[in-house]
Amino acid sequence: MNGIHDMGGMQDMGPVLPDKDQRVFHAAWEGRVFALDMAVDGDWTGAAERYQIELIPPADYLRMSYYEKWVTRLVELMVKTSLVTRAEIESGKAIERTTKAGHVLSVAEVAALIAPGSSASENLSVTAHFKVRQRVRARNMNPEGHTRLPRYTRGKLGTVERDYGVAVFPDTRAHGLGDKPQHVYSVRFAARELWGDQASRRDSVYVDMWDDYLEPA
Amino acid sequence: MNTTRRDLLTAALTAAGAAVTSDLARAQEHDHQAVPSDPTLRVKALESLLVAKGIVDRAALDALVDTYEHKVGPRNGARVVARAWRDGAYKHRLLINSTAAMAELGYGGAQGEQMVVLENSAKVHNLVVCTLCSCYPWPVLGLPPVWYRSAAYRSRSVIDPRGVLREFGLEIADDVEVRVWDSTAELRYLVLPERPAGTENMSEAELAALVTRDSMVGVGKVTAQRAGTRT
Repeated sequence: MNGIHDMGGMQDMGPVLPDKDQRVFHAAWEGRVFALDMAVDGDWTGAAERYQIELIPPADYLRMSYYEKWVTRLVELMVKTSLVTRAEIESGKAIERTTKAGHVLSVAEVAALIAPGSSASENLSVTAHFKVRQRVRARNMNPEGHTRLPRYTRGKLGTVERDYGVAVFPDTRAHGLGDKPQHVYSVRFAARELWGDQASRRDSVYVDMWDDYLEPA
Repeated sequence: MNTTRRDLLTAALTAAGAAVTSDLARAQEHDHQAVPSDPTLRVKALESLLVAKGIVDRAALDALVDTYEHKVGPRNGARVVARAWRDGAYKHRLLINSTAAMAELGYGGAQGEQMVVLENSAKVHNLVVCTLCSCYPWPVLGLPPVWYRSAAYRSRSVIDPRGVLREFGLEIADDVEVRVWDSTAELRYLVLPERPAGTENMSEAELAALVTRDSMVGVGKVTAQRAGTRT
């Protein structure tokens, strides 16, 4: 979706303001939202979570703080999947114990969240359609659903720098349309290819791209 | 190189942007204050509801907050960097298979399942952003700071990385190549900053104390003075 979340290349957002402290949460409720979001075992994918945030109307997206977006997403996904009802959210009272709840995260399992071992890449044999050093073009496409193909790269020429192996495809996973595992590459775009002569001749942007985002140049 | 023209443009755009979007900028700086209703009450009610419905365990929520406030953060990444500076074989492993090398030190898990380490040098400066979201290597840097999640950083890092770096007080010479890494997939990036001169005799712990969070995102450099309160 060509939404407000796809921000790369916009110029009217003001200066970057470095933080004055390194507090992780700036209010107690932010930590609780983070924890709730991590703990609820809903029947949805990570890609669906991303898409739910992208569905927040643009003006709200810009106005809301980060964790307000998170709590909005969590509520919407829980209602959509019947984990809670809108009436329960509004009243704050449990009308019935849910029958749809998944696994309830325990204290012991929290430690496993920060333990090495899991992998984001799929151990699957899938044909790579592109090779390292190959010239490629990012496809010009404008899906209305979730995608990780940033607008600023579409139609641009780049070079495959690395093949990161196989990963599931968020564009289908976000909408319950299957895993569609495929290769993910690091594609290098010269800054001038993306932005023209105002960019430095030396600079470049590396974007992680699924196979389906690319075509041979 | 047309540095002067770019500088002028950046200054003009920044000034214009600051004037027009001061509310937005304030909202980004004081992220939590931009919430209109009373979030404390709303979140408390939601938590009580989910506990009552048996969906979450309150003790696990406490453990999650504690974990990400105290057990995970940039000190982990600093240890990785310091080890790489002192141990050439470790550095080699770190650059070839970053995830496994971090696991050697006990770091991994959520949002660090597939790590990539980018080495800065006198000729190459790497900068990490997530234009679509706020993806960040949690196991080694913790949760992302407000500026990393801000619209300003997400939008401008790809089109004007040198201007953004200047706002962090970092002037990148024209003959240095800037590589911006947009974390659009599940790979998570950590910058291995340059080891500062004058640190040859330091221990790993002393070196780790010098390494800042910002240097591992690529918006800062490491200096031989102890980090102290700097970010």
